[in-house]
Amino acid sequence: MKQNPKQNLVLVGNGMAGMRTIEELLKLEPEKYNITVFGDEPYGNYNRIMLSPVLANEKTLEEVMLNDDAWYAENNIRFEKGKKVTEIHRTRKEVIAEDGTVVPYDKLLIATGSTSFMLPLPGADKYGVIGFRDVKDVDTMVEAAQHYKKAVVIGGGLLGLEAANGLMKQGMDVTVVHIMSTLMERQLDEPAAKMLQASLEEKGMKFLMDHQTEEILGDERVTGLKFTDGSEIEADLLVMAVGIKPNFELAQKAGLHCERGIVVSDTMQTFDPNIYSVGECVQHRGVTYGLVAPLFEQAKVAANHLAELGIARYEGTVTSTMLKVTGIDLFSAGDFHGDEETDELLFHDVAGGTYKKLVIRDNKIVGCCLYGDTIDGTWYFQMMKDGTDISDFRSTILFGQAHLGDAGHGDETRVANMPDDAEICGCNGVCKGEIVSAITEKKLFTLDDVRAHTKASASCGSCTGLVESLLAHTLGGDYSEAPSKKPMCGCTDLTHDEVRNAIRKLGLKDHEDVRKSLDWKTEDGCAVCRQATNYYLLCEYPEYNDPESRFINERAHGNIQKDGSYSVVPRMFGGLCTPKDLHAIADVAEKFDVPEMKVTGGQRIDMFGIKKEDLPAMWKDLSEAGFVSGHAYGKAMRTCKTCVGDTWCRMGTQDSTGLGVKLEELTWGSWMPHKYKLAVSGCPRNCAEATIKDFGVVCVDSGYEIHVGGNGGIKVRVTDFLTKVDTEEEVLEFAGAFAQFYREDAHYLERTAPWIERVGLDKIKEAILEDPENRKALYERFLISQKPAQIDPWKKHADGEDANQFKSIKIKA
Amino acid sequence: MSNWLEITTLDEIPVLGSRVVETDTVNIAIFRGKDDTVFAIKDACPHKNGPLSQGIMHGDSVTCPLHNWKISLSSGEALGADEGCTNVYDTKVENGKVFLRNPV
Repeated sequence: MKQNPKQNLVLVGNGMAGMRTIEELLKLEPEKYNITVFGDEPYGNYNRIMLSPVLANEKTLEEVMLNDDAWYAENNIRFEKGKKVTEIHRTRKEVIAEDGTVVPYDKLLIATGSTSFMLPLPGADKYGVIGFRDVKDVDTMVEAAQHYKKAVVIGGGLLGLEAANGLMKQGMDVTVVHIMSTLMERQLDEPAAKMLQASLEEKGMKFLMDHQTEEILGDERVTGLKFTDGSEIEADLLVMAVGIKPNFELAQKAGLHCERGIVVSDTMQTFDPNIYSVGECVQHRGVTYGLVAPLFEQAKVAANHLAELGIARYEGTVTSTMLKVTGIDLFSAGDFHGDEETDELLFHDVAGGTYKKLVIRDNKIVGCCLYGDTIDGTWYFQMMKDGTDISDFRSTILFGQAHLGDAGHGDETRVANMPDDAEICGCNGVCKGEIVSAITEKKLFTLDDVRAHTKASASCGSCTGLVESLLAHTLGGDYSEAPSKKPMCGCTDLTHDEVRNAIRKLGLKDHEDVRKSLDWKTEDGCAVCRQATNYYLLCEYPEYNDPESRFINERAHGNIQKDGSYSVVPRMFGGLCTPKDLHAIADVAEKFDVPEMKVTGGQRIDMFGIKKEDLPAMWKDLSEAGFVSGHAYGKAMRTCKTCVGDTWCRMGTQDSTGLGVKLEELTWGSWMPHKYKLAVSGCPRNCAEATIKDFGVVCVDSGYEIHVGGNGGIKVRVTDFLTKVDTEEEVLEFAGAFAQFYREDAHYLERTAPWIERVGLDKIKEAILEDPENRKALYERFLISQKPAQIDPWKKHADGEDANQFKSIKIKA
Repeated sequence: MSNWLEITTLDEIPVLGSRVVETDTVNIAIFRGKDDTVFAIKDACPHKNGPLSQGIMHGDSVTCPLHNWKISLSSGEALGADEGCTNVYDTKVENGKVFLRNPV
């Protein structure tokens, strides 16, 4: 049988949007098309948003190339470099270039981008009058800087200021002319704009605000500008940076429907079904874009349809802005002016150079404008996109995420000013310099890229905000931010919630069923989705278990250590033990030659360095002495920490130890989305640290205070007070109901603290506190799930279950 | 002279799971794919010697349990942005018996 011949795909426009689409397409369907790329610039694809640093001598052109000639050759792409396409013949399905080259297409992708908008002023055709859009413009500016002194930039927006900064770095005397009274009025409000202007003036930039140009003076070359008020200024170089206009003449000439850009649908298709378009030349739902993040999202969608997978839709992008001027931190997004229905949260330190404004509608962020301290820009922006209800932390939100307890980074708020050797990721020891050079050298655009290449933020994630800020700051203008809808992993486009709901609604029974019914892209999934799906399945069906989809710790019921050995932690309910218990543990430790033991923070004893093959025998001895697994290895209920309580303590108000034992007996063995800790303190002195646990009880003379959502780990978070009850029975019911609600609602690997911050405490109060029927139902479901969970996994394995896992096959030569 | 060693039977290895083969010189992880293909790879991740046998298998790769590197079971190469390589060994399955080409 003859294979289907390859189709022809032609890309017109060798820029970031078009080439990103090709890259995405090659990932999906590398063999589907013969690809031809036309580009009218004599270069490969370069990173246009990095032109400002090139102009400012901070980067070379080579450093900002994304795809060089070799890349096109390696990917078998015919690259028509420096050829301008002049005609698209839609009936013959051909593309014709100005030199007469004709290439037929089955599918055509138009990514002709945009050009600088040149003000139609008298004299605009003189030498030395340019836009700021491509390498040629940068070359002209660098060239001019060698021979001339005075530069004028018309336009006090993002691009104008970056151009002005670059020209200043090239040694020119630069004046920015702006028609408005404040800079960057589309991104900044007045106070922030004034602060920006002041710091740019400090760097030597000059400004003529409220000035409108009437005429460009000079003979052949520009010599100056005349303004409408009659005043004049000298200029040897004039850069117009007043905006961009989409390039759609080619498309329009071919009869495609265009308005302010080439009109495309949510699939990035033009009115001709064989022609797609992406980038700054398109108009989608009435909007044209000039930033990178939307282009990349469009590229992904277009690639999906070119690959004929037909499942992606582009629904528009909420954009944010950063300025790429070294040493200046600025961030803005959304509606930062607000109206009569919005509130403003404001922090303004003129002397310290910090300004933060959040615009709030119905307790949700709708706009944000930051100057000086922008570290939380990405955090605010994410909450804005997610529509997060901020009422719980409204009073502290301006102090940033660090204030909510981002350990270790509290004082470092200005990424721009951090030295290169400042450690960003404490887990993997990654410094700012390494991240920045990886971003520029390896051409990284997303958080995931940075994680893959540098490992920064890839472990505990507490530095994610810093890494995102660095990414935004290094790439400037805009970068490809994580979409607000986060797929579970690369194997699916579905989110955690979508997968979970599908399991419930469609009654999916196992992994195969989930992957088949939900069109997984990979046959077996990956380590990420398998573990998550396994949890969701076992939460629905308490008997469910697929060992091969669990992390080794939960498969081997021990914590894997760096040398491949395991640790063993027997459960001690409430931290109580007897001499007999301690004897038994000591005997086991001696018998199996345990190299190190430690008393843990969870009030029990950890034995390290156990060989995997010894585990079942060790568990057998421990099991016979009455111990069960401590689940110190699992995404599971870990321990219930207690203080001594009123049996001994002169301050104690209740039997906190006894209650702790009961709580642990209720909840031990339960599989959770993440690890889960409890504590009971016998009085408000809180010796058991109950207010940094997932579920904490603080005993008072009149009863029991119940606190939830605390965390003493990566991000210290104090619990939220849920309610106060009178009896131990009530505490137990709340404990079971809360645990079950968390189990059923949170995403896999989401601890109670971020879960509560995401869904809001009100939702938890509604489900557990205000609805006693629901609380009882949750509690009942928890008890049902506990029946299989409390069959001790150690005893099962000691009795021979899955024995092969622990036995190696020995071959002697 | 045949240098194939019979090491175990197919049903002694869980699907998408592994067994460890200990030799005098090296530990080898044996994996069984969904289509009963058997892979053999040195039981040490090129990153920090993590025991690959304890990782999660998917397709023809395994995710190391220590730092989540993804290693190809057919080539031994690290996948994605990571760089490194570990040894792989030939295997064959005949009549439900698993053979490993003598690695020693």
